Amino acid sequence: MATPKQEAHWQATKRLMIITLLIWFFFSTVVFMFAADLNSTSFLGYKLGYYMTAQGSMLAFIILIFWSNSRQEKIDREFGFSDEDREED
Amino acid sequence: MAKTSKQFIQDLPKIYGTYTGGFLLFIIVMGIAEKMGVSGRNIGLMFVGFTIFIYALIGWISRTTDVDEYYLAGKKVPTVFNGMATAADWMSGASFVAMAGGIYFGGYTYMAFLIGWTGGYVLVSTLLAPYLRKFGCYTVPDFIGARYGGNFARFCAVLILLIASFTYVTAQITATGSIAQKALSTPAFPVSFEFGCWTGLITILLCSMLGGMRSVTWSQVAQYIVLIIAYLIPIFWISWKYNYGIFPHIMLGDEVTRLAALEQQYGLTKHTKDVLDAAKIPSDALGNATSLKYIVSGHSTVPAGHEVAWRYISLALCMMIGTASLPHILMRYFTTPTVTSARRSVGWSLFFIGLLYLSAPMLATVSKISLMDPNVPTAIIGKKIADVTQIEWVKNWLAVGQVKIVDFNNDGILQLSEWFMNEDVVVLATPEIAGLPYVISGLVAAGGLAAAMSTADGLILAMANAISHDIYYKMIDPKASVKQRLIVARVLLIVLGSGAAIMASFKLTGILGAVAWAFDFAMSGLFFPLVLGVWWKRATRSGAIAGMLCGLIAGTAYLVWVGVPNKDITFFMGATPWKDIHWIFVDNLRFGIPGALVSLIAMVTVSLVTKPESKAVMDMVDEVRIASGKTVIRNA
Repeated sequence: MATPKQEAHWQATKRLMIITLLIWFFFSTVVFMFAADLNSTSFLGYKLGYYMTAQGSMLAFIILIFWSNSRQEKIDREFGFSDEDREED
Repeated sequence: MAKTSKQFIQDLPKIYGTYTGGFLLFIIVMGIAEKMGVSGRNIGLMFVGFTIFIYALIGWISRTTDVDEYYLAGKKVPTVFNGMATAADWMSGASFVAMAGGIYFGGYTYMAFLIGWTGGYVLVSTLLAPYLRKFGCYTVPDFIGARYGGNFARFCAVLILLIASFTYVTAQITATGSIAQKALSTPAFPVSFEFGCWTGLITILLCSMLGGMRSVTWSQVAQYIVLIIAYLIPIFWISWKYNYGIFPHIMLGDEVTRLAALEQQYGLTKHTKDVLDAAKIPSDALGNATSLKYIVSGHSTVPAGHEVAWRYISLALCMMIGTASLPHILMRYFTTPTVTSARRSVGWSLFFIGLLYLSAPMLATVSKISLMDPNVPTAIIGKKIADVTQIEWVKNWLAVGQVKIVDFNNDGILQLSEWFMNEDVVVLATPEIAGLPYVISGLVAAGGLAAAMSTADGLILAMANAISHDIYYKMIDPKASVKQRLIVARVLLIVLGSGAAIMASFKLTGILGAVAWAFDFAMSGLFFPLVLGVWWKRATRSGAIAGMLCGLIAGTAYLVWVGVPNKDITFFMGATPWKDIHWIFVDNLRFGIPGALVSLIAMVTVSLVTKPESKAVMDMVDEVRIASGKTVIRNA
């Protein structure tokens, strides 16, 4: 069975997963529910709805993955399950 | 051995740095050769020949007789390099050649693919990659087989992998074949499309046969470098040449606005099917032009309404969930040294993919402005048709039937809706259109080839490995020696590659548009069994089998039910005329939605009515969920 430490680690991991997927859902879906409305504002000279599909959401995904990874690594270190110092198995 | 391989890993930045420098030097040398009068044809040949030679050389240098090396590249591919290899694995001939063209013609609605083909990596990094790496599996079905136990579950996973990958690989060989054909043909020695396909296949096999994953990894990195250079140089060059901005990605706002004004001025007309038929422009049952297209959608307008929004979102969702289920992508993350590095390399993958995908809309923009803006010398819209047909590049592409002019209103002036062009031409001809030297066109051909080859490599390897490891070694002959396993793996590479080349030589043109199907098949069958295998302990073997089979069957049945409006690809659906039937606008590109829903329901229901798995399985799942410690299964 999972040790209490493993349980706690998994709880923290799950919480991070849910937050990450909520942000992902926002940039992949919610934004495009309102893209037609967003197009009346502009950003960097582009219409915002167009900008989000051409660049904005993609940039958000890249940043989101790097952010989420650094949080996960912090969680792993906190509970002593990190494998960063290990070279290979 | 261990020492030399460590040295090799440390030297990688130097090796690929030199390689990149060498390639740039080669481009410059070709540029000088062009100035000195070497023909465009020969320059194209040199580009294609030189790059193929390099990939084959890498494939040969990385040959191996070790199973861990063959299946997992020895689990020592550094984070950033694995990101590059994944990006090359991911970006297919279609991404490279057709995506900017799709955006050029389809506008906003097509750009759902941009979101769909990038957002999925968030799912890969949070839900799957690190856990599959911790598992230590050789293939994706290997995970299913070990987590759920039993040969039947493993077999179902192999089946879905084969269906999804084969759908995809045929399109890659087609792309490789047509680029190889264009590059290798000379007036004295014209080669056929079939010859192009088989030449492409041989070079693909040269990169994968001798060293498996190891060869494929190092040639994919090399292919990424070629394809990204080939994609970015024309965009920046054109942007500088016409003063659109030093950094086009953030500085093309004015041009996008200008295009909207030009569209207003010229007017966007949609022809009826009868008009297209009369002009001999191929179109599907909905009256949409299929091969030669014309602009019907605004460049940056977002059509209002719930239906448009839902179509966009549903397509993006299918592609994203499909991304997280495609075995040839997931298996790249089995090759990193640690769990943490697997997770990090997903971020790098998306970064490297983003370099191209963020540029595609910009390429579509500069290409469109080059043709439409009357202030630019290269513009053709609004000019006299007699003059336009005398332009060198128009003449060349007219001759091969890739562009077409139909003077609907007989005024002798080229209207926006009278200019028809194949999607691929946008990427392949933009350098010529904008008046860049031919060397850039040769470079673009080499880039397209690199993109198609690297994806084909990954797909064929994924299929061959699944059969050789999961079917042959795990089910048929568990006592097989390492030598036997590797021989079987290599023979399978040849057999599967030949199968794909034969399929490609049938020239089922419409199948190119069906790359999306690979994503739908994968998500219908594999997404929930993979994700729930890690995230839900209660998932059982029977549940997973039900999820895979019901998902696959439901998805396929739905696809057959809705059918395809293009008669070129209805060959397996019988000859019944296409009817516009669908469930909430879910068409043939989105059949993964019903497929995955059925898969989820079947998997959860069956899991709950069957007995929970043993304690050993629970412990295994607990072990998978933490990054530290040894891999769960060991295959070598």
